[in-house]
Amino acid sequence: MIKISHISKIYKTDDFETRALDDVSFEIKAGEFVAIMGPSGSGKSTLMHILGALDTPTKGEYILDGESVEELSDDELADIRNRKIGFIFQAFNLLPRTTSLKNVMLPMAYAGLPKEEREARAKKYLEMVGLKDRMYHLSNQLSGGQQQRVAIARGIAMHPSILLADEPTGNIASSQASEVMGIFQKLNEEGHTIIMITHEPDIAEHAKRIIHIKDGKVFEDKINTNFRKVI
Amino acid sequence: MSIVELILEALSSLTLNKMRTALATLGIIIGTGSVIALISLGQASQQSISNQIQSLGANLLTIMPGSQSSGAVRGAAGSSQTLTNEDAAAMSSTDQLTDIKSISPEFSKRGQVVAGKNNTNTQIVGSTPTYADIHKVNIASGVFIAQRDVDAMTKVAVLGPTTATDLFADADPIGQTIRISGQAFKVIGVTVSKGGSGFQNPDDMIFVPLTTAQKQLFGVDYLSNIAAEAVSADVMTAAQDQLGYFLLARHKITDPALADFSIMSQNDILGAANQITGTLTALLSGIAAISLIVGGIGIMNIMLVTVTERTREIGLRKALGAKKKTIILQFLIEAIILTFAGGILGTVMGALVSFIISKVINLPFTLALHSVALALGVSGIIGIIFGWYPARKAANLQPIEALRYE
Repeated sequence: MIKISHISKIYKTDDFETRALDDVSFEIKAGEFVAIMGPSGSGKSTLMHILGALDTPTKGEYILDGESVEELSDDELADIRNRKIGFIFQAFNLLPRTTSLKNVMLPMAYAGLPKEEREARAKKYLEMVGLKDRMYHLSNQLSGGQQQRVAIARGIAMHPSILLADEPTGNIASSQASEVMGIFQKLNEEGHTIIMITHEPDIAEHAKRIIHIKDGKVFEDKINTNFRKVI
Repeated sequence: MSIVELILEALSSLTLNKMRTALATLGIIIGTGSVIALISLGQASQQSISNQIQSLGANLLTIMPGSQSSGAVRGAAGSSQTLTNEDAAAMSSTDQLTDIKSISPEFSKRGQVVAGKNNTNTQIVGSTPTYADIHKVNIASGVFIAQRDVDAMTKVAVLGPTTATDLFADADPIGQTIRISGQAFKVIGVTVSKGGSGFQNPDDMIFVPLTTAQKQLFGVDYLSNIAAEAVSADVMTAAQDQLGYFLLARHKITDPALADFSIMSQNDILGAANQITGTLTALLSGIAAISLIVGGIGIMNIMLVTVTERTREIGLRKALGAKKKTIILQFLIEAIILTFAGGILGTVMGALVSFIISKVINLPFTLALHSVALALGVSGIIGIIFGWYPARKAANLQPIEALRYE
């Protein structure tokens, strides 16, 4: 599913270079639920950008779903993001003053799906995340937890190869955080591959595998032994 | 995303900030409005002026006495006495002037006119019956000068409507007596208004028999001009040549450069007038067009602010798979909608202003379709030109930076 080998990301300024990622390699198989952990400045955001095809690595190879994602043009990257990656952001990033339904339909519109299908799928996934009665609410009328659930519905609507969540519980109350984790685990059980970036150990424990990043390198990569299941 | 969806999306994002949208459009509204109003008013005045010139007579040629050089002193054009009643009579009776329909010998001069307690200074025109025909003067009441009045040198007068009002207010002037240079004239008619104004106002005139004007009033034996009507508009040039050579021969002048008269065609006057009003319209519209450009810059300014303000949204759209082209189109369509809506509103407003002004100053109202098409086309193009830079700027934002933007 995902294979990165010897990935480095180097930022050059006039005098010296910063290695945000230094020779990182790992493989994630379909159906896994992985948490990527690390302190700030560890390079986990850069890793997430590369995994999300928002950025390309300076060195190394990234193969997503059998497709090589290196040195692609902006538009080709946009296409990869659209078809293969479902994003869930820390700040939800919904379109302001737009209904939940329209927000979920947006990536499908960019993919060029017919309008009826977009609407049917959007309704289905909004129902799945428990927002059946919030479909026509504007995004700014929803609570943080509800907004994050709209974002999850938007993330899975295109049936992406991976669901990429960047600090998905960072901006919501802890009671709603476990609700979101419950949805993640349910999606994972249904076969979705999920990569979640977090710095909170108790959130990371909801995943089955935890990769620790430190100073741009993989510090630890292990099966989560304290797996926490949300009932 | 289809174009229709992009347009709907642009519309909904424009309606989110109504005040800003309205202000952004205002520049274009004023720009197109003033261009439309000025072109419309320019065309109206052009039409009004040519109507007035044409109302003075159709296919009209005017022969003016030329300046005569006596030694080194050259007199002013029209001041000499080279046109005579005999010239006019010869023109009327000859069969050489095949392109000329009729001839009107005229002598006019300003004079003081008194009626009871009222008096006025007006143009006194010595004329023959053909005058009314050539100059399209119609009689509102009474009769015009007849041939027997000319033959018998009677003291009768026909008043222009403005003169009639000046002298008799609302009373009926027919049968009343007026005094011109102390001599009594009986009013026999009043002409229909032509709606002119200014110094050579066709409504402010008194017509008297030509012979009466020459002999009794002013004591002269020459003409101030001869008006001639050509058979049709197509033969104006030929008619002008015929008249010229006929008069040269009569005056025994061999070199046309030394002619002691000049012939002016109504087309020349019309052409000159059209050129002047056309130049003025173009000049004023050009100035108004500058405000269109300023309006376009206003749109660009607002669009740039919008792009900065919506950086996060653009980053999100790109992260979700929007291609450069889609983002460019989205912002370009917003800009075009702004300018196009401004263009339509401006056209309506300009037409309205022009309509009101033309009613107030009594001009015919015209609104040429091509000027409307031009205004809408130009405002659309302005949307593309001034929307392009902000749209490109939006499309080139890097999604990572855009998403981080606060």
